[in-house]
Amino acid sequence: MKVMAQVGMVMNLDKCIGCHTCSVTCKQAWTNRDGVEYAWFNNVETRPGLGYPRTHEDQDRWKGGWELTRSGKLTLKQGGRLKRLATIFSNPLMPGVEDYYEPWTYDYDTLLSAPQGSTSPVAQPHSAITGKPMRITWSANWDDNLAGAPETAPEDPIVKKLHSDVNDKIRFEYEQAFMFYLPRICEHCLNPACVASCPSGAMYKRSEDGIVLVDQDACRGWRMCVTGCPYKKVFFNHATGKAEKCTMCYPRIEAGMPTICSETCVGRLRYLGLFLYDADKVTAAASVKNPRDLYEAQLDLILDPHDPEVQAAARRDGIAQDWIDAARKSPVYRLAKEFRVALPLHPEYRTMPMVWYIPPLSPVADALRETGHDAEDASNLFGALRSLRIPIEYLAELFTAGDVAPVLRSLDTLAAMRSFMRDHNLGNEAQPEIAEAVGQTPASILELYRLLAVAKYEDRYVVPAAHNEVAAELDSLACALDAVGGPGGEGPATVSADSFHVLKGVRAEQRTAATTSADVNLPHWDGKGVPLGMPTLRVRNDD
Amino acid sequence: MSAFTVAQSAPTAVESILWIALPYVALAVMISGLVWRYRYDRFGWSTRSSQMYESRIMRIASPLFHYGIIAVGLGHVLGLLVPQSWTDAIGIDAHLYHSLTMPLSIAAGAATLVGFVALVARRRASALVFSRTTTNDKVMYLFLGAAILLGVFVSWYASGLVGEGHNYREDVSVWLRSVLIFQPQPEYMAQAPLGFQLHVVAGFLVFAAWPFTRLVHALSAPVQYVARPYIVYRSREPRSAGARTARRGWEPTRRD
Repeated sequence: MKVMAQVGMVMNLDKCIGCHTCSVTCKQAWTNRDGVEYAWFNNVETRPGLGYPRTHEDQDRWKGGWELTRSGKLTLKQGGRLKRLATIFSNPLMPGVEDYYEPWTYDYDTLLSAPQGSTSPVAQPHSAITGKPMRITWSANWDDNLAGAPETAPEDPIVKKLHSDVNDKIRFEYEQAFMFYLPRICEHCLNPACVASCPSGAMYKRSEDGIVLVDQDACRGWRMCVTGCPYKKVFFNHATGKAEKCTMCYPRIEAGMPTICSETCVGRLRYLGLFLYDADKVTAAASVKNPRDLYEAQLDLILDPHDPEVQAAARRDGIAQDWIDAARKSPVYRLAKEFRVALPLHPEYRTMPMVWYIPPLSPVADALRETGHDAEDASNLFGALRSLRIPIEYLAELFTAGDVAPVLRSLDTLAAMRSFMRDHNLGNEAQPEIAEAVGQTPASILELYRLLAVAKYEDRYVVPAAHNEVAAELDSLACALDAVGGPGGEGPATVSADSFHVLKGVRAEQRTAATTSADVNLPHWDGKGVPLGMPTLRVRNDD
Repeated sequence: MSAFTVAQSAPTAVESILWIALPYVALAVMISGLVWRYRYDRFGWSTRSSQMYESRIMRIASPLFHYGIIAVGLGHVLGLLVPQSWTDAIGIDAHLYHSLTMPLSIAAGAATLVGFVALVARRRASALVFSRTTTNDKVMYLFLGAAILLGVFVSWYASGLVGEGHNYREDVSVWLRSVLIFQPQPEYMAQAPLGFQLHVVAGFLVFAAWPFTRLVHALSAPVQYVARPYIVYRSREPRSAGARTARRGWEPTRRD
């Protein structure tokens, strides 16, 4: 057994209102640069829908992720090493800008400089790549809220699959449609196909926290990772010629803070915490024959942080005690493994993704309510979950390789909680049999309720700070004043988790002086006051 | 000294510059430039692929060009570095040698040239690709294009497809090897036909420009990938922790 720690995330889809705040703050923090205008490390998709980039889940076409050879060996779906080196001069499986969308800005200057006339001036869209006027025909969320769904949603790879599998129809007429939002970031997989695809060895999984990163100095722009990732969450920066991806906001994570998408999530639907897993068994787990067994195989990799043997093994493998303690309090462990309400996204890609989703009960509950039923009644909900086949099967294709049992189990648990809590909150007699019907106890249902409904900031984000005992000696703490917006000027400042706390004082100082630097340092923003570098309009006295 | 002797008069100034100074200066610039670039601009070391913008022409033209130029490179090693006496010794005389290598060199040259022309045409034809083509790229294409065009011409000339035919292994190759062993004999190159002279000059100019252009990506051909474990684990680097001031490629979005 080799115990490794992994920063994981759970998103509760029932709470997602599709506001895109996560996408916007992520973009401001990471991709507001030339060359990645089109890239959204975090994006929110409306499902059913084509996704971003369009139809990326169609692995028959894009060949992302892993597959088993006839002899049962795990290999990249895009082909073996020699085949991919032979096709290095033109990667035939890479999405083009048309599959994402051509990024644009507007000619805002016209609005101010147009001469007075009888009509209002209009700001024309201009391509952010060529700078020339362009027609907007697609974007990262063009089919938001099922916009244009009758036309586009039938092309959703999962809808297509269901059509052929169960020969049924998903309706996109207004009255019969169902939808939910799916926020997506990099999955920081335990068995990352992007890392395996990189010919230069520039992509790596960090051994401390499992975050998957691209070494910008080692990347040579071969673009194999873009193909390898089945979630299409590695992006090619077309200005620098390097691959870039979601970093799990590692500067924040190292400082013990949640990612910017979690921090700013309006619905508070994101949970961050540690998983301890057995790294020796990852390949075997990813190689199980039946894709529907992959979810269980993935759960089996995750170790119980309360088990003294696991703790001892973790200590032996160099995991610090405060990280083990954090793993014991991890909300993602509880939701994914203890309650089993959170499911992985597309386990059939065999990458062992580490961003988990609690499937949405709302489409089912809404359908019940609209047909005049009591959507909080347990038996109504249990029945509806089984009769409304399409949403369940759609969810199963997303989260469990088509196996409806785990999805039903998760939704049943949520339905039981909903029903049980109504009696609890209204002071009715508690019905323990509702909890027992889904294998829970009234006490555990209450715990789940607390975790899903009332969990506070520190309950949702259990992120232990990185250990910098070694790093601190090398770190240039003395140069903290050279940081972005600091008085030290131009030189590149190294700011680690330790110097973050030193920076806190610097920031407080700067907040009282009107800083007007153009650089906004969102990754290091502690969520309080004005982010470093944001122009401040008045002197603040809050510190 | 070769047994084969040519006019032994002292080289003129022009000959000295072209056939002694140029190759050494070009190679020195190339090597020191590569070391400098690798030490100070590893971030800029990339293919800077434009496949995202346009892939239909590239899908055909790029492999055509790259496989062509690899074959051309191997052909240069064979034709320039292997002395004629060695192939004579194993019973391959000049005539047999040229009838063996000619079809390969014609084919490789044609693939390279067609691929190159298609790639340059693509750069001009696609608005997206053209908007991201730098001046550096354009100058590099000029040098590389000249070297390729002259190269295809001399390979045809050498084989007798145009002109009377010429055995470059008796002058150009001897000169190049003399340069590489630091005993330059410019008189061999001085008597070579004009086309060969121009091709050699263009070639060394490409070498000199190499470190400062996108061509550097050729030197990072990822052959080590074949023998590497699939998943790479790396420990957190203390130096890479935390935020930094905007580095190259991390500037705010263009607003034009």
